Amino acid sequence: MMGKARARRYSGRANNIQEIEMPHRFAFRTLALGLLSAFSLAHAGTVSVVTSFPKELTEAYKKAFEARNPSIKIEILNKNTTAGIAYIKELPAGQRPDVMWASAPDAFEVLAREKLLLTAPEVKNPQAPEKIGNYPLNDPAGLYYGQALAGYGLMWNTRYMQAHKLPAPKEWADLVRAEYFNHVAMSSPSRSGTTHLTVETILQGEGWEKGWSQMLQIAGNCAAVTDRSFAVPDGVNSGQYGIGLVIDFFGLAGKYSGFPVEFHYPTVTAVVPANIALVAGGKNADEAKKFISFTMSREGQELLFDPKISRLPILPNSSFGAKVPANYPDAHQIAKRAKVQFDSKLSGDRYQVVVSLFDQMVSFRLKELQAATKAIHDAERKLKAKPNPQAADLLKQARSYAYSPLVPESMVKDQQFLELFQKNKKDVAVAKQLTGLEDLWNTKARANYDKARDLANQASALIK
Amino acid sequence: MGWGPWLLAGVVLAFLGLFLLVPVGLVIYTAFVTETGAPTLGHFANFFGQALLLESFWNSLYVALASVFFASLIAIPLAYLTVRFEFRGALLIQTLGVLPLIMPPFVGAVALQLIFGRSGSVNLLLNDWFGFTVPIMDGLVGVTFVESIHYFPFILLNLVAAMRNIDGAMEESAMNLGAKGWRLFWRVIFPLSLPGYLAGAALVFVKVFDDLGTPLVMGVTNMLAPQAYLRITSVGIEDPLGYVISVIMIVFSLLALWMAARMMKGKDYSTLQKGGNSLQRRQLRGWESVLAYGWVVFVLLVTLAPHIGILLMSFARVWSFSVLPDSYTLAHYATVFTDARLMIYNTLKYCLLAAGLDVLLGTAIAYLIYRTQLPARQWLDYLASIALAIPGLVLAIGYLRMFKGVNLPFTDTPVVTTWVLIMIAYAVRRLPYALRSCMAALQQVHISLEEAANSLGAGQIGTARRIMVPLMMGGILAGFVTSFITAAVELSATILLTSSQSQAPMSYGIYLFMQSIAGRGPGAALGVIAVAVVALGTYLSHRVIERSREPVRVATA
Repeated sequence: MMGKARARRYSGRANNIQEIEMPHRFAFRTLALGLLSAFSLAHAGTVSVVTSFPKELTEAYKKAFEARNPSIKIEILNKNTTAGIAYIKELPAGQRPDVMWASAPDAFEVLAREKLLLTAPEVKNPQAPEKIGNYPLNDPAGLYYGQALAGYGLMWNTRYMQAHKLPAPKEWADLVRAEYFNHVAMSSPSRSGTTHLTVETILQGEGWEKGWSQMLQIAGNCAAVTDRSFAVPDGVNSGQYGIGLVIDFFGLAGKYSGFPVEFHYPTVTAVVPANIALVAGGKNADEAKKFISFTMSREGQELLFDPKISRLPILPNSSFGAKVPANYPDAHQIAKRAKVQFDSKLSGDRYQVVVSLFDQMVSFRLKELQAATKAIHDAERKLKAKPNPQAADLLKQARSYAYSPLVPESMVKDQQFLELFQKNKKDVAVAKQLTGLEDLWNTKARANYDKARDLANQASALIK
Repeated sequence: MGWGPWLLAGVVLAFLGLFLLVPVGLVIYTAFVTETGAPTLGHFANFFGQALLLESFWNSLYVALASVFFASLIAIPLAYLTVRFEFRGALLIQTLGVLPLIMPPFVGAVALQLIFGRSGSVNLLLNDWFGFTVPIMDGLVGVTFVESIHYFPFILLNLVAAMRNIDGAMEESAMNLGAKGWRLFWRVIFPLSLPGYLAGAALVFVKVFDDLGTPLVMGVTNMLAPQAYLRITSVGIEDPLGYVISVIMIVFSLLALWMAARMMKGKDYSTLQKGGNSLQRRQLRGWESVLAYGWVVFVLLVTLAPHIGILLMSFARVWSFSVLPDSYTLAHYATVFTDARLMIYNTLKYCLLAAGLDVLLGTAIAYLIYRTQLPARQWLDYLASIALAIPGLVLAIGYLRMFKGVNLPFTDTPVVTTWVLIMIAYAVRRLPYALRSCMAALQQVHISLEEAANSLGAGQIGTARRIMVPLMMGGILAGFVTSFITAAVELSATILLTSSQSQAPMSYGIYLFMQSIAGRGPGAALGVIAVAVVALGTYLSHRVIERSREPVRVATA
């Protein structure tokens, strides 16, 4: 017993020494490192850039810019959009980063509303056009600027399509076909600004009722509605989904990286800018302006042609001469070809209604929508083989239950209704109204999908 | 009772207040006020009016309970076989059994899909051979599957520590009295290791109930945590309902922990003689050992499939819709090599410090709860466990808000730009893990050992240091390992709190790579390095403990 106790004592002591020494050594080294990095942060001429863009893109710009301006250092802070906004918002003036660089226009709208952006008219490239199609390149208030362009389209995995014997889709409307059931993936408009623009483009191109009907049919064919827009191209690349609704550079970069994928722009598409802005309360506004200006200059724009980046420049392709890779898409051509004249005011006014309705009807009720869609596809196939007027009628009802928006067009034109969504959700009465609406949409959607599924099954049963 | 416990409780409370309660309070108070700041419970009423949220609640509950069941099914045999039987490679199995906790962000999810997903290796093979596929990654079943193989190590670790601590004499007496096989296990061994099992099971339950990443990655949004997250992170709207959901998750998690504590109340699990010296490992007979090894290999294959997937991804040029990658390359490792060194250093620095802090706090809280009579001491446990239900993003926003304009003492460096906050965020978020292990460990130490030390003249501190802590060492180590491992893959708070590239840990680096198509390979390579580094760290800490035990064996031999 004595021996045991003594041994314990020694081993205990040995442990203690280690426990004490480790943090000490670490603390010392890290203190030194902390001081060093603090020093380098304070060093004048460091521009810190908050961005949601991938490393390939930001590194290319950092390298090119630092080579031209050896006295200025670029510090890239990669954060997703939500974290980026919170980071800028929560830091006191004087300690904020200098530049915000991201895709989603709504993120910049939030920063502008919070007075966290500054105008810097001198950074604009005078050669860049004012509008892409009908969409203004820069913020009309001059708080953020279009730095590169991107269009939405369809991406598919060729191996997947071959294995499931599927033809390649060309238009959004193709995606409603029965053969694509459970093979499609998209992101939700509440999570991805670019997906919202695509949804809005379809709504404007096809009209409210018809647009929703088409979108609900596409969504019914979806295997997943992802919460991150990047999850869609990622899933198509690995063959998890056959077809994805994605932004062009994801599709093009995937193809370049050797994945068996293809990308195609449908005729109804929106070309929208990715934005860059000067943050109010940063440390080095002058150097930051230089950097922003560089990203929009001719040299800066040329970097976009790098296959790993694959974004479209804001300057017309023709102005780059031979530097444009062969078959490179031309944003301005695509925008011109597009049938939709995008109305950004309309889009902004009904933004909350569209994203909330989509989430309640699609994102949170996908399982039921899928079930209804499958039943409808099955009934349709049988009906085609063996016509039956009674079944056809049931099927028509089923489609109407499953694919009608719960908010009629007259309602989204009602200013009072729209204003409700602009109000402060912290007001309990407002929140109650809004959550009441959401609950109504959600339960109604579920009931409708279940009803549609039952009707379609009845139709199938009749045909047998 | 002297002033010592009060002082200790004061220190622990100050830490929790400063780094958990106040920062989180700064963010989630939104749930309790109106737009003018007047207090209200109206938002809670709105929660209960939503059918979707009630459905989400039941879904979360169902997944959490099912995950505890399946995680137990995986962990109990692994622990029992490797601790109580003569089993080749027991230490290796216990080390491998911890690996599933190290699921690098994003990479782990992609790898899981590549193995078990709709077009994953398993389903492609099944389809080729038998013409059907198993939708194991779909919906709530999928979430349960992934959660179970991800979090069963919580039970394994704590159960192994607890079983090692059982007095071998108990088992021997039971066998002498004729107990064998199942009866011996269910009537004697399992009940005696109940503190460890319950600690692990409670952790699995609460963690799964509050887990955000898995359901989100798998596209299941009808659960509480994703509902809260989607509301909190929608751009530009401060939706109080998101915070209401967080509060409800906190309340329910605490309720679960309270119930686990109730189940053990009034029972005594401590044994006088401690493991190591007294363990009589039994032999497996012929068919038993075939069955046992078969089961262990199968379980390890399934639970380590994501890691095999990550390894393949890190060497793959292209892996798309095929059972295995098309061709292999080393290029991804070359890409990450230059960045990796600083990131490894940062990860180790933050995580070792955080885990160290966690076991210090965990031991202190366990001591205060089980060895002092302070009023309301149980609440220290509940307060610390709030961290489980708080999304990392909320904690990080709270830090930025709280330390706005505060500089490091004696410098002009703002606190929010230093790595200290990242480290503390890790410590706070992973404290509940270490705490459960430390508490379970102390429950198994018989108080008479300390009383003996006391009567032999050792002071309070001396007793704690020389008797209590060494006897708890297995549990403390389990806590250290879980904190360390899970901190190494923390991402949500990391993204917000990283204020320069030189501070970035590996989880951040993986996130960075996984944002781009070309980054999948390098991201996986970094993921493999992260798993290797963390596994090595775990193995080394096992070794340290084993070595510290050796003299004991020699002394008793």
